[in-house]
Formats: sequence, structure tokens, C-alpha cells
Amino acid sequence: MLDMTTNPHEVSFLLSRIQFAVNISFHILFPTINIALCWMLLFFKIRYNRTQNEAWIRIYRFWVRIFALTFALGVVTGVTMSFQFGTNWPGYMETVGNIAGPLLGYEVMTAFFLEATFLSVMLFGIGRVSDRVHTFSTLMVALGTSLSAFWIIALDSWMQTPSGFEMRDGVAYATDWWAIIFNPSMPYRVTHMLLASGLTAAFFVAGISAYRILKGDSKVSAKMALNFAMVVAAILIPIQMFVGDLHGLNTLKHQPAKIAAMEGIWQTSNEVPLLLFAIPDEKQKTNHFEIAIPKMASIILTHDSSGEIQGLNEFVGKHPPVAPVFYSFRLMIAMGMLMLATAWLGCYFFIHKKQYPTLLLKGTVLMTFSGWIATLAGWYVTEIGRQPYLVTGILRTRDAVTTTPPENIGISLAMYLLLYGFLLFAYIRTLFVMAYRAINLEQNNPSIDDMQNDTLSADESTQSLTRKHS
Amino acid sequence: MITPENDWLPIVFLGLMALSFLIYAILDGYDLGVGVLLPQDNQAQRDIMIYSIGPFWDANETWLVMAIGLLLIAFPSAHSLILQTLYLPIALMLAGLILRGVSFDFRTKAPSKDKRKWDLTFKIGSLIATLTQGYMLGRYVTGFEDTLLSYGFSLLASICVTAGYCFIGAAWLVMRTEGDLQKRAAKWAKACNILMAIGIIAVCITNLTFNEAMTEKWFAFPQLLVVIPISFLFAFLFGSVHIYLTQAPLKNDFGCWYPFAAAVLIFILCFCGLAYSFYPYIVWQKVTIWEAASARESLMFIFFGAVVVFPTIIAYTIFSYKVFWGKATSLTY
Repeated sequence: MLDMTTNPHEVSFLLSRIQFAVNISFHILFPTINIALCWMLLFFKIRYNRTQNEAWIRIYRFWVRIFALTFALGVVTGVTMSFQFGTNWPGYMETVGNIAGPLLGYEVMTAFFLEATFLSVMLFGIGRVSDRVHTFSTLMVALGTSLSAFWIIALDSWMQTPSGFEMRDGVAYATDWWAIIFNPSMPYRVTHMLLASGLTAAFFVAGISAYRILKGDSKVSAKMALNFAMVVAAILIPIQMFVGDLHGLNTLKHQPAKIAAMEGIWQTSNEVPLLLFAIPDEKQKTNHFEIAIPKMASIILTHDSSGEIQGLNEFVGKHPPVAPVFYSFRLMIAMGMLMLATAWLGCYFFIHKKQYPTLLLKGTVLMTFSGWIATLAGWYVTEIGRQPYLVTGILRTRDAVTTTPPENIGISLAMYLLLYGFLLFAYIRTLFVMAYRAINLEQNNPSIDDMQNDTLSADESTQSLTRKHS
Repeated sequence: MITPENDWLPIVFLGLMALSFLIYAILDGYDLGVGVLLPQDNQAQRDIMIYSIGPFWDANETWLVMAIGLLLIAFPSAHSLILQTLYLPIALMLAGLILRGVSFDFRTKAPSKDKRKWDLTFKIGSLIATLTQGYMLGRYVTGFEDTLLSYGFSLLASICVTAGYCFIGAAWLVMRTEGDLQKRAAKWAKACNILMAIGIIAVCITNLTFNEAMTEKWFAFPQLLVVIPISFLFAFLFGSVHIYLTQAPLKNDFGCWYPFAAAVLIFILCFCGLAYSFYPYIVWQKVTIWEAASARESLMFIFFGAVVVFPTIIAYTIFSYKVFWGKATSLTY
């Protein structure tokens, strides 16, 4: 164990890692919803323009407000991220700044401004600009958020599987930008993440729509949104599983230590079983309480029942901590299975019965944030799986950390934890308040224009909420 | 032959970074200022004030990410040095920016009984951000010295920057609002104008008294020819704005844009003064821009992007301002 009392640098390192994990985990929650939600909003808008069915614009109006709230949280937590490199990880920029810098720069230049500027036209522009310009602005925001994801994941992938550079005096210099951006793991990771965003947004929309129906929303718009989200989820989830498998094979090729940790393989062997559950023990280098399917890991990873897979014994001192990677991976897969079951059951009832049983609606409400859990678990697999390196083979995480005294990092970390805990609570509470408000508002069959009035709707819903509680 | 000492790329990036910081100070300056000025006694006025900045704050704040991003991309070692030194004030500023950023949305979407609390959060968050930014500017200007003088100067700077942001914020309101709120904003602007003028003079005197290198830079012969007319320009701007605000609003709201335009000009002049004092250092008397610059091939790669993207950003920023121009009205989705 690390001796914390004697080495303040070690404490700074640990606290900086926790702080980065807290910051980026909290940040990713919001873009994950919004990357896909924005394309969905564009879809709602175009459907309305084509069909002139008022329900579509009601769906748009409801979700665009949630989008705005989510966006605000994404922006402010993103600003925090842009400072973290300098404040806590100076060694990162000093070593690979020549590569990371331009990629981050392109993200800010091409994506941030696109989304930030057109967002206001998208949110408040109806009535001020033509319908066509408004739809165009929505498209620009959607493009901006997706582009942002592209650049940042290109950089993350480069850190996982670096290419297109040379080292001179311990500093990385770019030799081939194409190879840097389109590094070996980038296409898989970008696709995997965009699909994850689609699934997260789909279950988010489904969950809140199901909540509205359960609370007595008899209007067609809540049900249409639910149907839409179920269909999107049912289509995306098998594609995601397929892409996830390809991503795993890519990782096996480029980062075998990560795969060994994900699968809990301690010794290189043939006919490797697939562990459904186990408790990895890093000290004794073995697993306890294994529940396994014989040969299955070999079949999945090598497409051969006697295929050899490298174990952790090949990477002594260079492999990630096993337990967090191992558990996170299983959590992600379990979430995927639950998503599959919910979405396909949902589609079955939607197509064959034309209505949803109450139990399924309740289950869908529980699944509202399933995408968050799966996405975070997936990111933990890939990011913890990269340890002990910050940039695979080039820079160890330990060597990049700040010399800032641990007390300062402790203060900032405590502040972030308090702030983010509070914001998460406020965000989720507000979502359901907004859903409840929408039910009350729509029961009175308002014209579309009345729906825009914030203060009116706010007061009505508070009254009905208090009435309900008393 | 391009050697590290005469390379033009670091200068270009210094220019872009300085431009981003300047645009940030002006744009986020007015919306932070409006936040600090939010009155506690009038919900309707608070609503209009927030409507007036609602469509812009997000893009305004992005200029901070851009500026810090350019510092990171182009001058990574200066970036690490500055950000590690300012660790706690940065964390505090970020907390302030987070609080105010989310308040924008929560205030209309959370239960309406909480609206007042979110408005207060918005005001406090804005205040934290302006105070810490001023403090950091003070620390930066004094080269992060660990002396009592440096910390005292930083506290002075935090008040001056807050006054400056409040001035441009109030000037923005004079331009974008009508009736009672406009009159109220004119009063705020007048007070902040005086406070800012005192602040700028105090900062100049302190700096010139205690910093010999800077005194030499400003009071050598040819420069002095520029210093004198600029001083008169400052005096004219402060004086004319003061007179205008005493009488505002004029008939037909004549010249309602003038205090804001003057504020922008004052910001630009102050910024140029700072930039001139510092060049070619990026950290005062410690690191020059050439010492801190990234590898040439990396700067070149991002340079091509910047040439295309910067004008585009400015173009659609202007487009967005045109869409939401005029006196501020209610914002609806």
C-alpha cells in the first residue's frame, strides 16, 4: 500500500485522479444525453413540418426545454474540464501537448462555437427567424455536439492507441496528422460512443414519457414520444452489441492487457472460459467464486474454441487494476441486456397490442438513466483499463501529475463533490417537475403559444404539486 | 531561415489568444456584470435583465474556453505554470461560473417558488467569478510574487475588475432596456463609471511606482507621445459618459448605445496597455512567448484551421446578435 503520510506527492496524485474522475464522470452525463437528443429534436421538428401534426411540435417544445437545461449543465462542467489539464496534469501537456493541443483546439473552434451560438437561435428563435433558419440552426447544434464528440474521442483514442508521432527528448512531435486522428481505435470508440448516446437519450425520453403516462397524461404526445424512443432503442441496441464486439476485438489487438483485466484472465491459456461472475483477487492473482461458460471467451475473442488469449502474467507492472475494470465491464453488459429486454418488449406491445402494460411502464421509468450507468461503466473499463499509462506506452499517469500541494486539491475536490451532488439532485428533480407540469398544462388543451409561457405553467404546476402532497 | 527567435507563428497565436481574452472580457464582462447587478427587490426587472443576456451568455463564456485553449495549445509550459500557481482562485471561479450558468436554466424550470433562490445563486455566482478573475489578473500582473504588495494589489484588482464588469453590464442594460429599469441601470452605470475610473488610475499609479521595468517602458521618449493623447481620450470617455448618464434616457432614447460603446473602447484601451506592458513576456520577466511556444508543426496545423474558423465564428456571432437585437423582451421556447 502507498504510504500516504510521508509522501504528499502521492496524496496529490490520488486526489488529482479522483478529482479528474469526478469531473469527467459528471460532465459526460449531459453530453451523452444531448448528442443524440439534438438529432431527435431535429427529427421531431422535421416530422412536424412534414405532417403538420401538432403532437410533434408539442413533443419538440417539451424536450427542447430539457435539452436546454441539460446543455447548460454540459457547458459549465465542460469549462471546468478545460482547466483541469493545466491545474492538475501539467505533465500531460508538456509531453504530448503538441498532439493533444491541436485536437482540443479543433474541438473548441469547430464545435463549441457552432453549438453555443446556434443554440440561442434554436431555443429562442421561433418567431424571430424563419422556420427554415430555425431548422437549420437545430441542425447546426446537432452537428456541433457530434463534432465535439468526434474530436474529443479522437484524442482519447490517440491516448489509448497512439500513432503518427515521434518522440524527441521525451516530447511527442506529430509526424502524420491523419494517422493521429484516425488512430487504430478511433473509429470503433467514436461509433460505440455515438450509439451509447443514442441509447441513453432513447431511454431518457422513454422513461420520462412513461412517467407522464403513468401519472395520467392521456394526451397523444407523451405516447408518441414513448413509441418513438422504444423503436429507436430496439434498433440501436443490437447494433451497439455488434459494434461493442468489434471494439473488443480491436482492443485485444492493441491493448491486450486491458482485455485480460476485463475478462479476468491471470495466466495466458487456450480454451479460456467466459466469466459471468467472479471476484478477482489481485494479491493471489486468481479469481474466487467463478461462474463461467467454458471456452466462450476464446470463441468470442478469437473465433476459435481453443484460441489462446494472453493473461495478466504477460504484463507485470504494466496492467491496470483488475477488479474495477472487471466489474465495470460486467455492469455495462448487464445494462445492455436490460436495455435489450425493455426495448424489445416495448416494441412488441407497441406493435401488437397498441398499448403498454403498467408494469412495463414502471420498468421503463426505472430505466430512465440506464444509459448513464452503462456509459459510465463503459468509460471506466476503457479509461481505468489504460492504466498505469496516461498515454499508452509513452507517459505514465503518475508522471504527469501536478506539484500543487494536496491541501489545495483536497479543497477543490470537496467543493466539486458538494456542488455536483447538489446539481445532480436539482437536475433530476427538475426533470420530473417539468414532466409533471407538462401533464397539468396539456390537460387543459392549451394552444401552442400558451405552452411557451414559463411563469404561467410554473405556477400552475407548483399549485397542483402542493395540492397533491397535502 | 526560421529560427525559434524570429518565428512569426507564436506572435500570431499570441494575437489570437489576446483577441480571445479581450472578446471574453467584453462579452462575458457585460453578462457577468448584469448578473452582479441583479436587484433583490424587483422580480420583473430581474426577468428583463436576464432576458437581455439569455441568448448570448453561452457563446460569451465559450471565449474563455477558447482563450485558455489557445494558451494551452500554443504556450503549454506557460499554461501549466499559470494554472498551477492560480490553483485555488481558478477552482473558485469555476464554481462561480457553474452556479451562474445553471441558474439561467433552473430559474425558469425548477418549481417557481425556488426562482428567487436561483436568481440569488445567479448573482452570487457572477460575483464570485468577477472577483476571482480580477484577483487572478492582479496576481498575473505582479508576476505571482509572494509579497504583501502583490496580494494587496490583487485585491484592488478584484474590485476594479468587478467595477469594470458592472459598468459594461449596466451600459448594456441602458442600451437594451426601457423605462424604470433603464433609469436604474443609468444610475448603476454612473456609479460604476466613477469606481472604475478611480480603479484604473490606482492600478496605473501602483504599477508605475513599484515596477521600474514597466515605468521605463512607458516613459521613454517616443512612447510618451502616445501616452499623453491616450490619457486625454480616457478623460474624455469617462467625462462624457458621466454627463450622458446623468441625463439618460434622452429624447427618443438618443445615443443609448453610447455608454456601451465607450465601455468597449475603455476595455480595449486597458487591454492594449496591459499587452504592451507585458510583451514579449507571457509570464512577467520569467517566460517569453518564444520560450513557451509549442512545436512549429503543431502550431501550423492549428493555424490553418484558425484562419478559416475565426472569421466564421465572428460571422455567426454577428448573425446571432442581429437576430436578438433591439430592446430585450421575454424569451420563449
